[in-house]
Amino acid sequence: MTVDLGRKKVGGVELTTGCVLPSDGSTQRTKTGGWRAMKPVTDHAKCTACGICWVYCPDASRFKDKDGKFDFVADFCKGCGICADVCPVKCIKMVVEEK
Amino acid sequence: MKEVMEASHAVAEAVKAIEPDVIAAYPITPQTHIVERLSDFVADGEIKSEYIRVESEFAAISACLGASATGVRSYTSTSSQGLALMHEVLYITSGMRLPVCMSEVNRSLSAPINIWNDHQDSISERDTGWIQLYVETAQEAYDMTVMQFKISEDKRVLLPSMVCMDGFTLSHVYEPVDILSKEQVNSFLPKYKPVHAILDPKEPLTQGPIGFPTHYMEFRKELCDVIDNSLNVIGEVMADYSKKFPVTIKDSRPERYFHTEEYMMADADVVLVAMGSVCGTIKEVIDQLRAKGVKAGLFKIITYRPFPKEIIKKKLAGYKKVAIIEKALSPGFGGPLYGEIATALYDASSRPQLRNFIVGLGGRDVKLEHIEKIINMTLKGEGKLEEWMF
Repeated sequence: MTVDLGRKKVGGVELTTGCVLPSDGSTQRTKTGGWRAMKPVTDHAKCTACGICWVYCPDASRFKDKDGKFDFVADFCKGCGICADVCPVKCIKMVVEEK
Repeated sequence: MKEVMEASHAVAEAVKAIEPDVIAAYPITPQTHIVERLSDFVADGEIKSEYIRVESEFAAISACLGASATGVRSYTSTSSQGLALMHEVLYITSGMRLPVCMSEVNRSLSAPINIWNDHQDSISERDTGWIQLYVETAQEAYDMTVMQFKISEDKRVLLPSMVCMDGFTLSHVYEPVDILSKEQVNSFLPKYKPVHAILDPKEPLTQGPIGFPTHYMEFRKELCDVIDNSLNVIGEVMADYSKKFPVTIKDSRPERYFHTEEYMMADADVVLVAMGSVCGTIKEVIDQLRAKGVKAGLFKIITYRPFPKEIIKKKLAGYKKVAIIEKALSPGFGGPLYGEIATALYDASSRPQLRNFIVGLGGRDVKLEHIEKIINMTLKGEGKLEEWMF
């Protein structure tokens, strides 16, 4: 199917029908980690790599490290603390991030 | 095929022939018979629509919006509190230019709780950017349902629409209706071809993004232009439908559909303006009074949004006395339709004397005596500008 965005100018501003935009991966390019005040610090010695933090993270900001343990994605993690809350072995601590 | 049926069932028959890809609705009196029947059609395999049983009207309209955003035809129906609960999503649907179609079965709003008919629910949603068409008879309800899909899905429009029909006094009343065959409906209404809202992994889109102060105002202007221009498309669709499917049941609908209908207006000393099923009662009274020499006429408004300002101005400007009869209210102002008719006539070369009559709220019967009294009061200039017919 071919999408017709219906580009037109109104009052000097370019618009599309119903504000539709071509999706060009801008979500990945726009880093949102800067919104964070707290960051989750994982104690890899205690982490059992169960992956529950990865399942619960609302922003897909947990990833598996080289050692098989989980850590946070600095570019997108907002520091909500859900991972620390759901961790069954309590190996994640939320700490104030100094910038 | 001519059959005597409820307006609700006539609408269900129209939707059956149209066969939307997605139907999402929540039952609410007096709309229930429409969705009940559609649910039967789906369960019995008579139509292949996906019927989503939702937990509220907010979910129903959200499901329709979501379905429409993927590029398929979606339909819902509601009444009263259900429409009020949809309020937030109504704006989103028109802003995203999604051609969702709705049957709105008019019912009052609480409090006090009341399940009966008036127009307060849909008039409250007049500013949402939806097209609103008001019908008088079961035949009109049927025809307008077929037409609304063609209007909404037109590339020049791409706006959601609601066909507003009176609860009980129309929805539950049995009238003769001429039902088209599926082939006839298909020949009039082609398969929906989405233009801007399509779900295709090969061509991913962002829909409903943020509109910063640099863009928001222009988007709203565009929406206003589109709904204004839809007046021509609605006119075209009405003319096309009337030509393709001529009247088969006498007095069941206007011979040629248009934004407005004129009844005995040519030589009238007093013109009543109204919308919906009360027009049937008004026509009856006009016939009776004409026999006694009283020259009254009716100006029925079908297209309420977009509001046909120029047509109204042209048609009403020459008359001396005009009474606006309405089943809606803007507390602190008066009758909304009165306000809009007055606005349309403000810069007319000769303005009629206007009167506003509030009738039939919460299912109060609008009797022949009420209409006769309205005509007499307007002719004699009795009473206040705004009168309530209890």
